[in-house]
Amino acid sequence: MGRTLVSAIIAAHSSQKAMEGEICQVKVDFAFANDITGAPAAESFREMGADRVFDRERCALLPDHFTPNKDIASAEQTKKGKEFAREQGMLYWEVGRVGIEHAFLPEKGYILPGDIVLGADSHTCTGGALGALSTGVGSTDLAAVWALGETWLKVPPTVRVDFRGKRPGWVTGKDMILSLIGRISVQGARYMALEFGGEGIENLPMDDRFTIANMAVEAGAKTGVFVPDEKTLEYARSRAAREFTPRYPDSDAPYARREIFDLDGMGPVAAMPHSPDNVKPVRECGSPEIDQVFIGACTNGRFRDIETAAKLMEGKKVAPNVRCIVIPASYEVYNAAMDKGYLRIFTEAGAAVCTPTCGPCLGGHMGILAAGERCVSTSNRNFVGRMGSPKSELILASPLTAAASAVTGRLTDPRDVMPEEFFRNLEGN
Amino acid sequence: MTKAFSGKAWKYGDHIDTDVIIPARYLVSSDETVLGKYCMEDIDKDFVRNMSKGDMIVAGDNFGCGSSREHAPLAIKGAGCSCVIAASFARIFYRNSINVGLPIFECPEAAASIETGDEVAVDPIAGTIENRTKGMTFRVAPFAPFLQELISAGGLIPYARRRLEERRKGA
Ligand code: SF4
Repeated sequence: MGRTLVSAIIAAHSSQKAMEGEICQVKVDFAFANDITGAPAAESFREMGADRVFDRERCALLPDHFTPNKDIASAEQTKKGKEFAREQGMLYWEVGRVGIEHAFLPEKGYILPGDIVLGADSHTCTGGALGALSTGVGSTDLAAVWALGETWLKVPPTVRVDFRGKRPGWVTGKDMILSLIGRISVQGARYMALEFGGEGIENLPMDDRFTIANMAVEAGAKTGVFVPDEKTLEYARSRAAREFTPRYPDSDAPYARREIFDLDGMGPVAAMPHSPDNVKPVRECGSPEIDQVFIGACTNGRFRDIETAAKLMEGKKVAPNVRCIVIPASYEVYNAAMDKGYLRIFTEAGAAVCTPTCGPCLGGHMGILAAGERCVSTSNRNFVGRMGSPKSELILASPLTAAASAVTGRLTDPRDVMPEEFFRNLEGN
Repeated sequence: MTKAFSGKAWKYGDHIDTDVIIPARYLVSSDETVLGKYCMEDIDKDFVRNMSKGDMIVAGDNFGCGSSREHAPLAIKGAGCSCVIAASFARIFYRNSINVGLPIFECPEAAASIETGDEVAVDPIAGTIENRTKGMTFRVAPFAPFLQELISAGGLIPYARRRLEERRKGA
């Protein structure tokens, strides 16, 4: 019997057979934490009696959540993490040179095809876009990886997801993953892996693949992996910080289930409050009025996200009663968007453009919601209280839908503000 | 694992996420007694005030979904809960609980039967959950052998310490 992609990756990192359901000890290629999870990981690391991380070039700490530090408590927490990173000589980047971990690490070539990557952050699954088994753990688990260079993973069953047909320009990676979560629910892949493939993703830009992999955890999955193709390898080769070996599933791999989507008929969708699986076509959501739009996060703060939103907003204004906050996920994205004049489009439209950070995504800072406020957000979770008051509401959507909503002041299908040819001309379509 | 214990149940629904177990605004500390003060605040703001030490949280499917914050099981421990019983757990929460020593029990039948206020007794060694108020007893499936080893080592920290010592001796 053949192997799924995830089982092939585990087998290549373990001395065990790595049959489905087996708990395997695996070598880890890269392990990281952030400003929230780093300090407790450092504490656990010391309690373990460890004195050196297993490899300084494969262990990293990234300040991205409450940074630039939002208050004294977060400053103290960030400082603890930073001191630990300095003492260990491990990878650390200061504010101004970093980005949201799940955007920054792939950009810098630290997450590569065939890798096993552990991060003390649930959206570590984003790395699956590169064909890596990249998964989130808690701080203590991460500390053990820093100390030992290995961890335990159970070989999960895999749900294979195939996208067929030709993707219309208004369908982004966000619409694809929200449609999947809407169909299988927030626990549809609990304890399982998602594996994405099909001819419908052959032309899908890497940035959209990152969005899809990012939200695998919202379906409960351990990771969401893409089978590497030419696009993946080109992206990885041009950035790789070290050598890598891509892995592939066998053609007779046993899948627990298959989900098939036809892209041709798909339209923009949104996840309504308060669950990522409360998904409906945008046009069937009743156009609720909104107070804020947030374009950013590790889900949709990459170049193509910023670009499509900017192109839609060009020459338009943010609705008078709406705050629109745009946060590129990294400086690579920030600078590229600046060079192309996109940041200027946003500020001229009346949007706020901020420095790369998680910011409002987790209710940290730079865009917290008051009771009764409603926000269209390109982030990945719309749980109660996620962006501020437990009485606020969050609607999850693509950058195109978010930009269209910013302009009209209501949740809006981008096709209702732009002609068909606009979508045909978007790069990547 | 720990010996038998009992307490009063506080029942919640499906998909209780880590943002309501411990909202991000409190993630500037990882001290369990500090976190414990805000446990479940966004879903039940009186939870911490109403519960007593040793009480347990009982919930439906996918308990602990959402972020990887270890602060979630720490907040539950810090509030004084003895354990969580749920129909199922989200993957990272499951790992984190074992790692930090919060007892968790996956038992859909018990989770369905227990209501807020019920007296519940748990015997981890015998693998039973008893709803004393309703007079019903349920069996809990045992942990995989590797996880039993981890739990009996006292969690991941002592386990990793032992592994490091073994390596040093081997080197
Ligand atoms: S952007 Fe949001 S989801 Fe992504 S890592 Fe930051 S807080 Fe988590």
